[in-house]
Amino acid sequence: MFAMSNEKQDSKKECCKKSAEGELFQIIERRENTQPDWIEGFIVNGNRKIPVVSKTLKFSDRLDSWKARWSSFRMRFSIDPGLYAVGNPDAQSEVLVSANYKLSFDRLRSRLDGVNAWILVLDTKGINVWCSAGKGTFGTAELVNRIKYEKLTELISHRRLILPQLSAPGVSAHKVKKDTGFRIIYGPVRANDIAAFLKNNKRANPEMRRVRFNMSDRAVLIPMEMMQSVKYLLLVSLVFLLLSGLNSEGYIFNDIPDEGLNAVILMFIAYLSGGVLTPLLLPFIPGKAFSLKGLIVGIVLMGGIAIFSHKYPGLFRSNIDLLSWFFITPSISSFLAMNFTGASTYTSLSGVKKEMRFAVPAQIVLAVVGITLWVISQFI
Amino acid sequence: MFDLKYISGVATLQLDSDKCNGCRMCLYVCPHAVFDMDRKKAVVVNHDSCMECGACAMNCPEGAISVHAGVGCASAVLQGWINETEPTCDCSGESACCG
Ligand code: SF4
Ligand code: SF4
Repeated sequence: MFAMSNEKQDSKKECCKKSAEGELFQIIERRENTQPDWIEGFIVNGNRKIPVVSKTLKFSDRLDSWKARWSSFRMRFSIDPGLYAVGNPDAQSEVLVSANYKLSFDRLRSRLDGVNAWILVLDTKGINVWCSAGKGTFGTAELVNRIKYEKLTELISHRRLILPQLSAPGVSAHKVKKDTGFRIIYGPVRANDIAAFLKNNKRANPEMRRVRFNMSDRAVLIPMEMMQSVKYLLLVSLVFLLLSGLNSEGYIFNDIPDEGLNAVILMFIAYLSGGVLTPLLLPFIPGKAFSLKGLIVGIVLMGGIAIFSHKYPGLFRSNIDLLSWFFITPSISSFLAMNFTGASTYTSLSGVKKEMRFAVPAQIVLAVVGITLWVISQFI
Repeated sequence: MFDLKYISGVATLQLDSDKCNGCRMCLYVCPHAVFDMDRKKAVVVNHDSCMECGACAMNCPEGAISVHAGVGCASAVLQGWINETEPTCDCSGESACCG
């Protein structure tokens, strides 16, 4: 709080710079609670008011990011597209382009310590940079329109834009240059490196240009992937619960708690195997195809469970029951692991198609055999 | 040591070096260091690392690069099979980028 007001006084001292059109910039101090609360004040230029955004994330911002990661339904965390400022930029300051997904924007503004810049937020329908570039919403047309709509040329004297490297699949730099005169400089992949990139004369080293997919990158993606498949888990569990009443004497409701619970627990293990373990341990599991990795983890886990059940008999009705899970668990695990290709940052469409031509039929066969064996095991 | 490499020999990336003017744009935009320079021309040095994002083709001013761009996402492919359409990603939030 106090640090913030200090910063504002500094900015105040520095005020009154000239824009490209020669009008004065001036910072208005924030009085009451601004909406949204990450806006600290405004830069006034002629009759424009450009919001100045905070460089620090508040608790509410962190809560947003947490919610966004765990939401199973398509909750949108978007901000208004348009021009924003960080620090106290002037007509020579760089323009950083971002998506209007709040997490992308938050990540950028919180890594700009000591930077005075403009942030041009495109309308990407509340979707992150990488994904919206792939769809083309973070694209040439939107960027060209936004440059004109925000009248950038009236505000700044240079003709440069810094774009996140990961927006390149959607933006054609030479076309933007032709249409607007603005030269596009692709910045680093990660917002973390942006300050270093600016200091280094707007040059990214090779490390900044590489997409990584390390353990923590994968870990943050797991909740969302899991939430998206949890409905299938619940549905299949329900089917198993209902089926577990079946046996040679007809349908016995009292059997459901015992037999059914076992099935649900095993199903949950399969879910963790494909949805959590495989993504986390990705590089350490043999094979290249995700479906194969998931299959392997599923089989290994079942091996462990089989050994365990050998020591503690009674977990399974019979060897056929146990055997059936050697088909069901790897099948589910393989399927969920395969779905993680969508979250990964290195799988090609051609590769995924190739893997799926083998994997999907195999998963279906495994599941059918497994469920058949499991139903049979109830009758003997 | 445990470098992540996906299925090899499938990427649709093609570079026509005759058209290349050596501007290095493809080197800047590629997130997997697929290109390098050799005597003022871009060359593909890491074909199997290509994830078909399309960034290079999009930003090559000479049209020297072609790639069938798409998102390597199983649930999108599955949806495409079911609906008999091209795979489309139903983007949501943070995932890169299917859901
Ligand atoms: S972007 Fe095109 S013209 Fe430029 S170096 Fe790469 S291939 Fe050559
Ligand atoms: S399509 Fe993407 S990953 Fe493949 S070479 Fe081009 S920029 Fe690199």
